[in-house]
Amino acid sequence: MTVSAPVRPLEQAASGPTPKPAKSNAVLEVEDLRVHYVTRFGHKIQAVDGVSFSLKQGEILGIAGESGCGKTTLVSGCMGLYIPPLFHTSGDVRIDGKSIVGMTLEQNRKEVLGQKIAMIPQGALNSLNPTRKIKDMAADMILSHDESADKKSINDRLRERFTRIGLDADHVLNSYPVELPAGTKQRCVIGISTLLNPKVVVADEPTSALDVSTQKAVIKLLFELMDQEIISSMLFITHELPLLRHVSSSIAVMYAGEFVEYGTTEQVIFEGRQPYSRALMGSMLSAEPGQKSRKPVAIEGAPPKLDKPIPGCRFAERCPVAQPDCRTTEQVLRIVAGRQVRCKYADTEVVEQVGGGL
Amino acid sequence: MTDALKFQAKNISRVFGHGKKSVTAVDNVTFEIRDREIISLVGQSGCGKTVLAKMLLRLETPTSGELLFNGKPITATGDPRNHWRQVQAVFQDPFSCFNQFFTIRSQLKSSFRLFETKPSPGEIEERVDQALLAVNIKPKEVEGKYPFELSGGQMQRMLLARIFILKPQVLIADEPTSMVDACSRASILDYLLKLKEELSMTIVFVTHDIGLAYYISDSLYIMHKGKMVDRGAPDDVIKHPTSDVTKQLLEDIPDVHRQWIARGTPVHAAE
Ligand SMILES: Nc1ncnc2c1ncn2[C@@H]1O[C@H](COP(=O)(O)OP(=O)(O)OP(=O)(O)O)[C@@H](O)[C@H]1O
Ligand SMILES: Nc1ncnc2c1ncn2[C@@H]1O[C@H](COP(=O)(O)OP(=O)(O)OP(=O)(O)O)[C@@H](O)[C@H]1O
Ligand SMILES: [Mg+2]
Ligand SMILES: [Mg+2]
Repeated sequence: MTVSAPVRPLEQAASGPTPKPAKSNAVLEVEDLRVHYVTRFGHKIQAVDGVSFSLKQGEILGIAGESGCGKTTLVSGCMGLYIPPLFHTSGDVRIDGKSIVGMTLEQNRKEVLGQKIAMIPQGALNSLNPTRKIKDMAADMILSHDESADKKSINDRLRERFTRIGLDADHVLNSYPVELPAGTKQRCVIGISTLLNPKVVVADEPTSALDVSTQKAVIKLLFELMDQEIISSMLFITHELPLLRHVSSSIAVMYAGEFVEYGTTEQVIFEGRQPYSRALMGSMLSAEPGQKSRKPVAIEGAPPKLDKPIPGCRFAERCPVAQPDCRTTEQVLRIVAGRQVRCKYADTEVVEQVGGGL
Repeated sequence: MTDALKFQAKNISRVFGHGKKSVTAVDNVTFEIRDREIISLVGQSGCGKTVLAKMLLRLETPTSGELLFNGKPITATGDPRNHWRQVQAVFQDPFSCFNQFFTIRSQLKSSFRLFETKPSPGEIEERVDQALLAVNIKPKEVEGKYPFELSGGQMQRMLLARIFILKPQVLIADEPTSMVDACSRASILDYLLKLKEELSMTIVFVTHDIGLAYYISDSLYIMHKGKMVDRGAPDDVIKHPTSDVTKQLLEDIPDVHRQWIARGTPVHAAE
């Protein structure tokens, strides 16, 4: 797709290699990706069904959508983590122009994971091994991609990085996780996951179990990592829509394995053009005085099963403004009001009857 | 009987460990929970919300102070099932509450074991169906399914279906919406309100999302380091916070309409 928004200028590291003049400055490109599970009865579940997007330097793409819509499956696909029962159906994923589909898991672990694309684990606080010191866990990260690294150089690297992310490196590196307060542990997990300067960081609900103050600190750290060019772009998944508003530059709303709306944060949060994404945004609650009288919209019913093809719009069954032809006409993504939308009525007043209220 | 007190806590504390290494999880708190009200406990991680909730459930005992339920002290001895018939809970992680090796339906049916007199098998089936419908799940949708085959949001509704079966006087909901999307969250809040209205339930809602707490509760309690630092009607607490903790909490909430963290111009690939 065409690229038009201004790119925030990123300073070029003085000693770093000059970047090759790539045809696009996309860091991650996902093209018509389809990913499926095979259930224990042999049924095929098309959990991600034709998703395309690209992430540029400095971009944070937020992904929102109901439980089970395929967000985690999509990021597994983007990372090339095809572990049965998850399989790649078709489509391509390129990081820095290089395709990662078709790699063996072993090759992927060696060349891609952690290095080009890294994941910040969901239960970050519990992902540290309690019996090992922080420095040993961090050293493992380096050794997994560079077996020949010597102790001295590893130590130097760790101290440099931990200092850079605002930690007392000597103290923290020599501690066991239990000896550290929660906020510091969280920094360590993020510090370790991004040690190898991955191009893309995937954060799948990185803050869902955190209180608002800790959550804010985590987001600040992620922003610092981007500003310092330790990481260059991010895929950010969360159910906290207000958080998405502040963190992401673009938002994709997923429904039943597909993108139904994909645009800038402002467009999707405040001027959505697709009934599901409008309803989702309309269900946001906030602690602003006066909001109590506003009733959040709950969408009744359940998303469709993905084990067989669905004729027509996937949301039609539950759409409060579905028209007679919605159940039969297949919906394609098209550009309406400057963003991608999957709804035949996106450019009409019909969709405006849903949600909103922001 | 509307002003009757469900719970009365008088200077209760819960201390873990001894001496230097002891942790005071709940620190000398006094409060009352009235019949048919929804109260929310809000606060940062580790402030003692879950420990307090567990004391109400008789899963923890106060190390000092007095805790009354329906006017009588909650004792640590005797059959706890008597207490659990009246006070039930839904917890944060719905998957850990169900056994992965049994179907959802068989586990819902086994809830009836808590009853003093078990209904007939036919009636059990019927009541399970009703409970599923109450949380908007078609019984057919989950027929023969195991917990791992459902999404987080569906699982959370299963926990509420269990509550519709058990019909306790009090429901303790500890972060029941942490794993679900905004729409499902709105529907879970609706179910909680339905439980309050249709089954006259008293609800203790534990969360660190003050937005949810504000929307659903009749009283709001802000906790910090084991103490209750602010309490009152939600509007009062939000509009006139008295403690710095509450002010900071309100400040840290990402709100769509307010600046939260400063950032440069965003970058987009989407058009
Ligand atoms: N191992 C599996 N076998 C079969 N189906 C699966 C498996 N794991 C996930 N699914 C299905 O794939 C779909 C997408 O699941 P996924 O975990 O990606 O959703 P999600 O959007 O991340 O949800 P949540 O917000 O709850 O994390 C769901 O319908 C789910 O039931
Ligand atoms: N069994 C236990 N033994 C020792 N300390 C405990 C125990 N249970 C809780 N604590 C401590 O009591 C304090 C309060 O914990 P609690 O679980 O109530 O916090 P919370 O407010 O529910 O936090 P969260 O939002 O993270 O769930 C914490 O410091 C915790 O470490
Ligand atoms: Mg997920
Ligand atoms: Mg807790």
